[in-house]
Amino acid sequence: MQFKSMVVFNVEISPGYRRVRLTAPRAMLEARPGQFVMLRVREGIDPLLRRPFCVFDTGTFSPEYPGTPRQHYFDVLYRVVGKGTAILAALHEKDYVDVLAPLGNGFDPGDPREEKILVGGGIGLAPLYYLARELVRKSRVTAFIGGRRKEDVLCVTEFEQLGIDTYVATDDGTLGTRGLVTEVLEENLSGGEGSRAVFACGPEPMLKVVADICRRNGIRCQVSLEAHMACGMGACLGCVVKGESHTEAAPDYRCVCKEGPVFNADELSWE
Amino acid sequence: MRKPDLSVKIAGIALRNPVMTASGTFGYGEEFAEYLDLEKIGAIVTKGLSLRPRAGNPMPRILETPGGMLNAIGLQNVGIEAFLEKKVPFLRTIRTPVIVNFFGNTVEEYAALAERIDTIPEVAGVEINISCPNVRHGGIVFGTDPKAAWSVVRAVRDVTIKPIIVKLSPNVTDIVEMAQACAEADADALSLINTITGMAVDLKSRRPALANITGGLSGPAVKPIALRMVWQVARAVKLPVIGIGGITSGTDALEFILAGATAVQVGTANFMSPGASQRIAEEMEKWLRENGVADVKELIGTLRV
Repeated sequence: MQFKSMVVFNVEISPGYRRVRLTAPRAMLEARPGQFVMLRVREGIDPLLRRPFCVFDTGTFSPEYPGTPRQHYFDVLYRVVGKGTAILAALHEKDYVDVLAPLGNGFDPGDPREEKILVGGGIGLAPLYYLARELVRKSRVTAFIGGRRKEDVLCVTEFEQLGIDTYVATDDGTLGTRGLVTEVLEENLSGGEGSRAVFACGPEPMLKVVADICRRNGIRCQVSLEAHMACGMGACLGCVVKGESHTEAAPDYRCVCKEGPVFNADELSWE
Repeated sequence: MRKPDLSVKIAGIALRNPVMTASGTFGYGEEFAEYLDLEKIGAIVTKGLSLRPRAGNPMPRILETPGGMLNAIGLQNVGIEAFLEKKVPFLRTIRTPVIVNFFGNTVEEYAALAERIDTIPEVAGVEINISCPNVRHGGIVFGTDPKAAWSVVRAVRDVTIKPIIVKLSPNVTDIVEMAQACAEADADALSLINTITGMAVDLKSRRPALANITGGLSGPAVKPIALRMVWQVARAVKLPVIGIGGITSGTDALEFILAGATAVQVGTANFMSPGASQRIAEEMEKWLRENGVADVKELIGTLRV
């Protein structure tokens, strides 16, 4: 669907990272974890294209106006990286954006008896909180959160408030274990047993290692990918990734926007 | 005032209004059905087809630039057989003309594909792509040499009775010469412009921003070039012209009509907003009503110079 959204708040949660709350129609509450939105952050032709963002959370709140009913919203967690996100960062309460949502496939929560393991790197945490909220209702959930420095480690408190065991790693050791989040993950996985499922989002090198660890341990792994995209609905073919069986003669390209952004790690070529 | 008449005819295809969707920016129509009424636009031009499926170029394939975007998709497509099986069933349900854009590596391939498409009753017309800048074959060879263009159009003409639109490349010294060659080969209409070859550099990595190094520039940034070429071609050849290039509003579209276009195609604007083509048709109608123009056809080529 397409709708106009009003900014409820737009705050910095860590240097360079922000959380924006946007009003939404009721149907947005049905968005599945891992789905995304395309935001037009300003009228006109600059920026020309919409920007894709994961759904970080959805819910309802009571507006401060007398007699008004509860209002539905969704949240987006974003890092200020370029022109589009800089404009988004400058939006104030009561500004409007134009939204296409919800887009993409979302995570498959899988069998609730499995232990659910979330792995997020930097802004890759964005789709995992909404997923965690759903998963904790039925399953045991553990989260591994990584970043370069402590500023890049997001929402640890939110995860802990859900009652999730949360492990943190930073490259420079300013928060949690010094090192890569994938090292902490691997160490932890090797000790565990029982049926498990991994859900990961973050920089590509991290996803590649997570996919490899899962493959070696026989654990199903879903990854949420990020890509430059123009349309968000499978038309421009600008955001494809190579599928596992891809060859030049028999192309196997998958649209991140339409067939993803969530893929089973073993469906993709990690070359 | 009565509702203005927006209908036009392109190569014998009756359009309820002059707004078509540009190939490669609207998928196969179905992707956009949720966001607009497909029966409120003039025609759907589908993503460029080849005989066999095509992989396309490596990533990254797109980049936003000031007022536009570069793309080097590389004609990735499902191929004619998958088109028939998976895309035509939906298109059949829409009461809007479907125009199939297609390309080949050789004159023979163009002809073979045209022959195949000729047997699909759901297809109102074909648009020959001789202008994709992002693959060595698959178009641009034929799009920059008038003799080669003539051969392709004539070969297609020989095997199909469907109306033929030829999509021209702006990456030539003299687009009028190309247009004339297509007219001599008995094309029914011309659409222009395809994207303009460009590139972008990422200073930080010191690499080209696109894996293909160069890409095709589209969007509002190219509109002045497109208008100039439409004006030149419409004056020089008798065939109806479909104007393409950076159209994002009804006034943009009407500017192309004044310059000599009979219809227009909306491309990059579909990415900006999936309902853009319907909105543009509505804005055209509003302008005509407000300016006392009863029929959009009265405006074609009436630029005061």
